[in-house]
Amino acid sequence: MGASLPGSVAANRLFLSGNEAVALAARDAGCRVAAAYPGTPSTEILEELAKYPDLYTEWSVNEKVSLEVALGASMVGARALCAMKHVGLNVASDALMTMTVTGTEGGLVIAVADDVGMSSSQNEQDSRYWGRFAHLPVFEPADAQEAYDMTRAAFALSEAHRCPVILRLTTRICHVKGRVQPRERELHEPAGFVKDARRWVMVPGNAKPRLPLMYQRDEALRVHAEASEWNPLYQGTDRRIGFVASGPAYMHVREAFPNAPVLKLGLSHPLPVERARELARQVDEVLVVEETEPLVELELRAAGIACRGKDVLPRIGELAPDVLRPVVAGLLGELAPTAMHAALQTVFPRPPTMCVACPHLGIYYTLAQLRNINISGDIGCYSLGAGQPWNALDSCISMGASMGVALGMDKGRGAADAKKSVVAVIGDSTFLHMGMQGLLDIVWNRGNVTVLLLDNRAVGMTGGQENPGTGRDIHGEDAPRVDFARLCEALGVKKERIRVLDPYQLPVLFKALREETKVPEPSVIITDRPCVLIDHYEATQPYKVVTDKCTGCGNCIDVGCPAIHVTRRATEVKPSGKGVELAFVRIETSACTGCGLCVQPCAPEAIVHAAPEHAVNFLYKKI
Amino acid sequence: MSITNILVCGIGGQGVMTATEILAEAALSLGYDVKKTEVAGMSQRGGVVTSHLRFGPQVLSPQIMPGDADLLVGFEAAEALRWAHMLKPGGVALVNVGRLVPPVVNIGLYDYPDDPIGSIRALGIETHAFDASAMAQALGNVRLGNTVMLGAMADRLPFPAGVLLDAVLARFGARKPQLVDVNRLAFERGRQAVAAGEAQPAALAG
Repeated sequence: MGASLPGSVAANRLFLSGNEAVALAARDAGCRVAAAYPGTPSTEILEELAKYPDLYTEWSVNEKVSLEVALGASMVGARALCAMKHVGLNVASDALMTMTVTGTEGGLVIAVADDVGMSSSQNEQDSRYWGRFAHLPVFEPADAQEAYDMTRAAFALSEAHRCPVILRLTTRICHVKGRVQPRERELHEPAGFVKDARRWVMVPGNAKPRLPLMYQRDEALRVHAEASEWNPLYQGTDRRIGFVASGPAYMHVREAFPNAPVLKLGLSHPLPVERARELARQVDEVLVVEETEPLVELELRAAGIACRGKDVLPRIGELAPDVLRPVVAGLLGELAPTAMHAALQTVFPRPPTMCVACPHLGIYYTLAQLRNINISGDIGCYSLGAGQPWNALDSCISMGASMGVALGMDKGRGAADAKKSVVAVIGDSTFLHMGMQGLLDIVWNRGNVTVLLLDNRAVGMTGGQENPGTGRDIHGEDAPRVDFARLCEALGVKKERIRVLDPYQLPVLFKALREETKVPEPSVIITDRPCVLIDHYEATQPYKVVTDKCTGCGNCIDVGCPAIHVTRRATEVKPSGKGVELAFVRIETSACTGCGLCVQPCAPEAIVHAAPEHAVNFLYKKI
Repeated sequence: MSITNILVCGIGGQGVMTATEILAEAALSLGYDVKKTEVAGMSQRGGVVTSHLRFGPQVLSPQIMPGDADLLVGFEAAEALRWAHMLKPGGVALVNVGRLVPPVVNIGLYDYPDDPIGSIRALGIETHAFDASAMAQALGNVRLGNTVMLGAMADRLPFPAGVLLDAVLARFGARKPQLVDVNRLAFERGRQAVAAGEAQPAALAG
């Protein structure tokens, strides 16, 4: 076990987010290796850890690799942490389901962040299931201090039982800041790798004898959880309803019902069933408040403990006090509390949009002009192409899915889709995460798919992190950079079917897409301009609209740039008697970075450089 | 003492989260328990951002519930209207009149409210509206709008304005001392904007 470092305890409490607290705790626990793939709401865990010089950190190409890196470190005796968003653990689950059989040596903590409320995800799955599925303990912190303390405890528990430990976070833990008191830092020297094929080589003959060990571990953990300090039973004076709650829902319960008895589940798997029985004896009725699936509830019922739960509470989203209060009032036969506030006002929605001058704007402007295509999309900023004004993305499923889905659309199509082209849209990091295998499948199986590989040299949606295509590592230092054109060629795409072009040159892009979609074989169009939010991006001269020249055609609005604003609308009646809607515009010059996308469809040449004011000779446009 | 609930709203990139962070630092400096939470999915993409700040002797849930906010600080006019229902009876709205019109409005799918400030007042909410963006620009930097907004809150907190000002200036003190004076000025402008409104309630009634 670790030795303590004297004098390293911070005297003052810190103000940290849950993610920052997990990172600090991992570092303080002597963690030696930490790996992750970025994903909201988990991203900041590794970003924070990367700031410490004491340990090795990496962005991995995907979550499965990051978990395998953590396991390898654990095998040699190092403490290791792996962080991911909920859907990341789906990707890593192949490794997970066998490392629970081998077990671990150095403490291994898997921090998995569920996006309860779905602020930035494609689904709302409950990662606590993995604890059941993989026979692993699950911690559920309820605030930043607990995120710190439980991360420390998770390393210790992992070593005590020689298995990975899941630290289940949610958005409302990851991104909530609170006061945190750190504890003494430990040093943890790896014990060294002990060769043992029966332990680490999971062929059937070696794996079978280990399964009984896993069940023995289950039992030991069950006993541990029943006695755990992380599962306190708080007494209360109002015993009409006793609550069982975990994670942020615990704080909501205490906020809304300060006098009620509560069984707080901090180490929520294995479930401390006997403690719940004790609670049930004390109260008239038990209500399980858990985000989001009814796991605890069903296990309590299976143990013969009557309880309420998802029969009255929502199965979707956060269980905040305003959700809980009317439900509990209903159970108690009381009147629901009346709203003591002004009526909810109807205001236009403000969905996320692409940034000013985003290189993806030109892609979607062009795709929106094309007819007879089915567009298979992927996870990233470019999923925003499904929105207004482009409406140019037809599916978005999981990391890398654009490839397989496109191939399936191609192979499965009947007469209804016979004349349509299939296009797949994927970003650089997503392609490297899980997309390139799909492209290999397209090539190998002779699919007819045109792939748009949008290389903006960043994991854009999560804040511009590095990936193997950026040429920099997690610290921003030079690293080997993958060559996308050569990679695609190596996967078997014909060299003449691979084009690298500038997404700001609309005519070039349009022509390339038209040509490649007509060729009945796999092709890849790689765009090569950086994300506007990263250092590589260089702004150029901003534009303005010459009001007298603007004819209100609205072509520039179709680009979808947030810097273009309508100043006036009008209806023009054509000689035919048909009315045409006009929208006159201005450009917010202070926001414009001069990408020139809006200039290209402007027929009256009303868009000029702002200062000094002069006409534009941009790309292929004649003036 | 009870819990103080402050809801700061705006859109991604306006500095909503930074302003709330500074407010949190002020509360922390007085020894309060503090929790701060954001709903900021894809916040760099022009979406809605709200930042909840709760402080007091002990804070449990980090979230402010509808009807529980003491103070609503709107960095953008329509956003303040969107979140007006979060205020408790007697709660106060401090709103930047600046408008940020999103693409969905420019495309013509939705309308921007004609008079968001008037609509908030029509709900019976004490509302102080001022042009923080213009004040910041007058001081030479639109990014000072953040400090103007903090100044506007300064006399509506359960602690002296100077505590918040100290937290603002502490951000620059060591690294960018040249920004201290202009931020002090921006803070004062925001403070005066609300104080002026209080002196002339009739002028704001319309």
